[in-house]
Amino acid sequence: MDGSITGEDTWTVAGRTFRSRLIVGTGRYKDLEETGAAIEASGAEIVTVAVRRVNLSDPKAPMLQDYVDPKKFTYLPNTAGCFTAREAVRTLRLAREAGGWNLVKLEVLGPAPLLYPDMPGTFEAAAELIKDGFEVMVYCADDPLAAKRLEDMGCVAIMPLGAPIGSGLGLQNPAMLSMIMENVKVPFVVDAGVGTASDAVIAMELGCDAVLLNSAIAHAKNPVTMAKAMKHAVQAGRLAHLAGRMPRRMGADPSSPLTGLIR
Amino acid sequence: MTSTVTLTLNGESRIFDAPEKGSLSVQGLLILLELDMRKVAVELNEEIVPRSRYLETWLASGDSLEIVHFIGGG
Repeated sequence: MDGSITGEDTWTVAGRTFRSRLIVGTGRYKDLEETGAAIEASGAEIVTVAVRRVNLSDPKAPMLQDYVDPKKFTYLPNTAGCFTAREAVRTLRLAREAGGWNLVKLEVLGPAPLLYPDMPGTFEAAAELIKDGFEVMVYCADDPLAAKRLEDMGCVAIMPLGAPIGSGLGLQNPAMLSMIMENVKVPFVVDAGVGTASDAVIAMELGCDAVLLNSAIAHAKNPVTMAKAMKHAVQAGRLAHLAGRMPRRMGADPSSPLTGLIR
Repeated sequence: MTSTVTLTLNGESRIFDAPEKGSLSVQGLLILLELDMRKVAVELNEEIVPRSRYLETWLASGDSLEIVHFIGGG
């Protein structure tokens, strides 16, 4: 790769190829209209969705599918809110039945306030899901050994956090993410922690295949405008990664020639 | 006299009239609840009920069902 751009710059996860490197969540929006508008503006092709009990007292309430078309977007069911492997596996089996999708996002969480990935629970759930034919994109700690183990088990994407879910703190661990990425062959996605466009740029400059975020858009004062910002940020970061940044140096190196100066 | 079926739906106890002939199926229940069958998934006593078997999966008093769908999430 010499940084020149020939043809389309795509990435592939579990045999599915995408142009957009931004994966967005569909939660925490004001209403479904705003969800639909922000997802559209983000240019994302994959959206994460949650599985919850139907409100039986209001069966005709509008549903997410009416605003985010599953024929146009790849739904990635998640296990948000699952604190055990058993809950996560049960949730994704229901998701597969509801939508027919094998590609899923696994997250097994530790307790609030950090909701940090519970790795023993994550390993247990990943093993069960892979055995059951799922293609597992896995939310995980920024732990090189855990990432390798998940890849060896057959997970189709490794998705460590940059900071706690919904914190908007930005990537707190760029060096560790880079080191993990070195040893991972399946797609590598930063999932959680992005707060604003520059955070997404940094993730992509590091060489991530994609960025997954939700609150950074949904909790912006203007979600649709932030969705556009994220679309461009991911593209800018990706291009900068392909271009290869200039070396850092301690001291000045003038851009204008020092010869031919008037005396 | 009509017989009734008591089910636990999404954690809540509900009583339904059984059909005049035979028993209540998952499909019959979803129709009673006015749910769009293409947008939900059903678990009966913690086992998935495949959509293809809604018609022939019969419910009895004491059964517990989870009926879920997709909502916004990150």
